[in-house]
Amino acid sequence: MNNRNTLAEDFSLPALRTGDRAEFARLVEAYSGFIYRLGLKLLEDPQDAEDVLQETFLKAHRGLANFDGRSSLSTWLYRIATNEALMVIRRRKAPAISLEEPLEGDLAEQEPLEILDWCCAPEAELMSGEARRMLDQAVDALPATLRVVFILRDIEGLSTLETSQVLNLSEAAVKTRLSRARLRLREQLTGYFGERMHQQELEEGSE
Amino acid sequence: MNHAGCHDLLSSLSEYVDGTLDDSLCAEIERHMSGCDNCRIVIDTLRKTIELYQVTALPPNLPQDVHSRLFHRLALDEFIDHSSDV
Repeated sequence: MNNRNTLAEDFSLPALRTGDRAEFARLVEAYSGFIYRLGLKLLEDPQDAEDVLQETFLKAHRGLANFDGRSSLSTWLYRIATNEALMVIRRRKAPAISLEEPLEGDLAEQEPLEILDWCCAPEAELMSGEARRMLDQAVDALPATLRVVFILRDIEGLSTLETSQVLNLSEAAVKTRLSRARLRLREQLTGYFGERMHQQELEEGSE
Repeated sequence: MNHAGCHDLLSSLSEYVDGTLDDSLCAEIERHMSGCDNCRIVIDTLRKTIELYQVTALPPNLPQDVHSRLFHRLALDEFIDHSSDV
């Protein structure tokens, strides 16, 4: 996994706070790829992701003078970007639905219905173009409250604590949402790979 | 997931696959799994689900045109050439 934790946070805060442009350019260079990927995953739209990317660093530039250093720079950037992206999602939805107070049904625990061991499916099957599209669609189908936690934790590799700082949630809430997101995705993947394995058996049987 | 105990374990499985669950609950899950094939399959496929998302994640790269427009918007044009050499 490409994890931004591998980047050392060796930026000079005094330089950033006093508007050192070279240092700010270095910060943008280091994190823009991660912020863009987050936007793409959350919004599934390159134009929206680019808007979020630009807004994030414009806001960061304005806000650096007041950055208190309580969280890491990367967590702070993820926080700005996530808020921007969630605002885009809110605007898309009509009527407005609060993301902080999700409908109860949205967050119900996913009871495993599909029990089928597809772990040993061939790599070519698991990694096919079609499978990748299904993976994307399954994430997209999650309610935003669960999707954002899954992406921050499992795609971007943030810790539970960092994710809780980005989303202003308790760590317990992050864990619960991650669990629900993962169980739902597992269910979707099991449905898909189960169907593929079934088809394969039929094809082999008819030979 | 027909056993009565399966449902109670459900909300702990995510932390179990992360290895962050406390020891007593871990032991309980492992004891349960040894007699419950369904739970073992759910845990294996849960783990595989997370792994698939991680191995297929795109690298955190910025397309060149997106990069240029970002630096331009931030009035950092003078750093574009230097930065893309990195």
